[in-house]
Amino acid sequence: MRRLVLTAGVLALSAFSAAADVAVRVTYLRHEQIRPPVLSNLDEVPADLGVAGAELAINDSRTTGKFLGHTYDLTLVSVPPEGDLIAAARTALGETRLVVLDMPGAEMLAVADLPEAAGALLFNATQADPALREQDCRANLLHTLPDQDMRADALMQFVAARRWTDLALIEGTHPGDQAWAQALRDSARKFGLKIGAEKTWAFDADMRRNASQEVPLFTQSLGKYDLLLVADELGDFARYIPFNTWLARPVAGSVSLVPVAWNRVMEQWGAVQMQDRFRALAARDMLPEDYASWAAIRALSEAATRTSSADPATLRAYILSDAFELAAFKGRPLSFRPWNGQLRQPIALVSGEAVVAQAPLEGFLHQRNELDTLGRDLPETRCEAFQ
Amino acid sequence: MKLLLPLLLLPCAAMAEEIWVTNEKDNTISVIDVATLSVTRTIETGERPRGITFSHDYSRVYICASDSDTVQVMDPETGQILHNLPSGEDPEQFVLHPDDRHLYIANENDAITTVVDTETRTVIAQIDVGIEPEGMAVSPDGQMVITTSETTNMAHWIDTETRQIIANTLVDARPRHAEFAAHGAELWVSAEIGGTVSVFDTGSKAEKAKIGFAIKGVHPDRIQPVGFEFTDDEQTAFVALGPSNHVAVVNAQTYEVEEYILVGRRVWHMAFNSDKSLLFTTNGVSGDVTVIDVASRKPLKTIKVGRFPWGAALRP
Repeated sequence: MRRLVLTAGVLALSAFSAAADVAVRVTYLRHEQIRPPVLSNLDEVPADLGVAGAELAINDSRTTGKFLGHTYDLTLVSVPPEGDLIAAARTALGETRLVVLDMPGAEMLAVADLPEAAGALLFNATQADPALREQDCRANLLHTLPDQDMRADALMQFVAARRWTDLALIEGTHPGDQAWAQALRDSARKFGLKIGAEKTWAFDADMRRNASQEVPLFTQSLGKYDLLLVADELGDFARYIPFNTWLARPVAGSVSLVPVAWNRVMEQWGAVQMQDRFRALAARDMLPEDYASWAAIRALSEAATRTSSADPATLRAYILSDAFELAAFKGRPLSFRPWNGQLRQPIALVSGEAVVAQAPLEGFLHQRNELDTLGRDLPETRCEAFQ
Repeated sequence: MKLLLPLLLLPCAAMAEEIWVTNEKDNTISVIDVATLSVTRTIETGERPRGITFSHDYSRVYICASDSDTVQVMDPETGQILHNLPSGEDPEQFVLHPDDRHLYIANENDAITTVVDTETRTVIAQIDVGIEPEGMAVSPDGQMVITTSETTNMAHWIDTETRQIIANTLVDARPRHAEFAAHGAELWVSAEIGGTVSVFDTGSKAEKAKIGFAIKGVHPDRIQPVGFEFTDDEQTAFVALGPSNHVAVVNAQTYEVEEYILVGRRVWHMAFNSDKSLLFTTNGVSGDVTVIDVASRKPLKTIKVGRFPWGAALRP
């Protein structure tokens, strides 16, 4: 059982408080979580996941700000698993109106619905659940992490382009696994691909010992397929599937070929500079949650720079306008979907060693923005809070 | 595509004209002979060579060896490294002051512009600029140096006397390259992600024009202006448009785009030959150089060079 490092409940990352024209003060509000166990501890969840991305963004923004007389401050409020998140959120919202949220989706909604959060600008940098952008959307909550639908569409564009039309699926038993599996099913249908056999991974043995014996048998009954999808959002069993399947077939989804918002293998479009800056700051590789919190604060900073304001309403209006463009090391300008507050972005398909492709792939066209071929588009949206 | 070789051979004088191209991912320079439009030499450099420029008498060539954290000084005759200059970390691009002595270097990873005296081989100043400085320009009278910073989205105006920043002007997202134009009366800055070139009045430092681009069949997001160069009369600018694989021809009086020329993939920087009849563009992704006939505005030839060609400089 792994628990995130607990430090003081409130830790000020900086104490930069000069009198300035524009003072942008951001809180990173985190509810620490107890994570379920996984078979292998090869990839530890860093204690500063997300937080380090926010710190980098504040550093980047300060450099711009110093030429304009704008200041940027970041405060980390980290609530222990048993702590009172709502009380901490109330206090934080009393001090700053710009908040990055790192907590389960239900808690994000509870925070967004607090009376203190009215008129504040909140960012979801950690949750991929499409419902937060759709039926549960909130006008004061923007999303910088791509949701599962966007990631699934990125993968399926690639699969369709490769003409791997017959797919099989293994999903885990965790709710996150099931949600990811559903996103993959929906996306496969959208791109005209067929998921034939499906199985649920419900083993309780330690697969490091006997994957080579168990997985061939387990996958034998999947029949014929071009590509095996594996939905294992926790990183529990997926790593033992590739090369152990009954048929010699590629694997994708949560292992082998994975759609991600960010990964260490991304180096095009100036990404090397960002990776270097992040490693110098955090002494580890940048992960998707770090990228999402970085993008949230950089979006605020870009809006503050262009509007010379730190007012949440002014920033929100600019961020959701056509004028907004975020340069974010993915080769094209990023912007927010005005109908649900989701950050549009290319999604990389990475193996452990390289970027295999970046979606949207060539040929997937859209009348407005090719980035809107990823995830739920305007005509299908169920979000009404942004109207 | 026809070659115009007979014509090209005419201006060939005592020394053959060459275009020097840095290959970012090969740690080499490809030397292109302008007369034959072929690579005649490949010279090894330090790691990740990017910016390249010659001294005024062409007796030395300066190369930003970014991952070696140095500016290399090479004898262009022999290809031997004469010495390394202290450059600050990760030098990406630089500009040689009209005094032929001072190099102004953008240190991409450190948010610094470093000033190096090439004679005493010492750093004489370091100036804090925005995140990921890259574009470097110097005014014709040598009084002003510009650094543009990619993540800060600014042009920083540096007074070369005091070596202080005297102004900062916002540009669109991810500025990449800067050049003075109109005999120093204008500053042009390209913004890769913004998709524009901003034109500033150097006196007032106010933006006087913004140039946009549109290519039929290419999504606007893929039209990303980066390097650009002016013809001798400064009437025309050629602007590399990155992953759109086109170079725009811009009227520098009206700021209107007159034409788009198809070149190689992810076109980046460019250099003219000495009479400016030919333009050589580096195409990073396709690993080649496109030769454009300036008069007809047509591509003449594609020349294979090393991996990820970046900078280009003329050696007459």
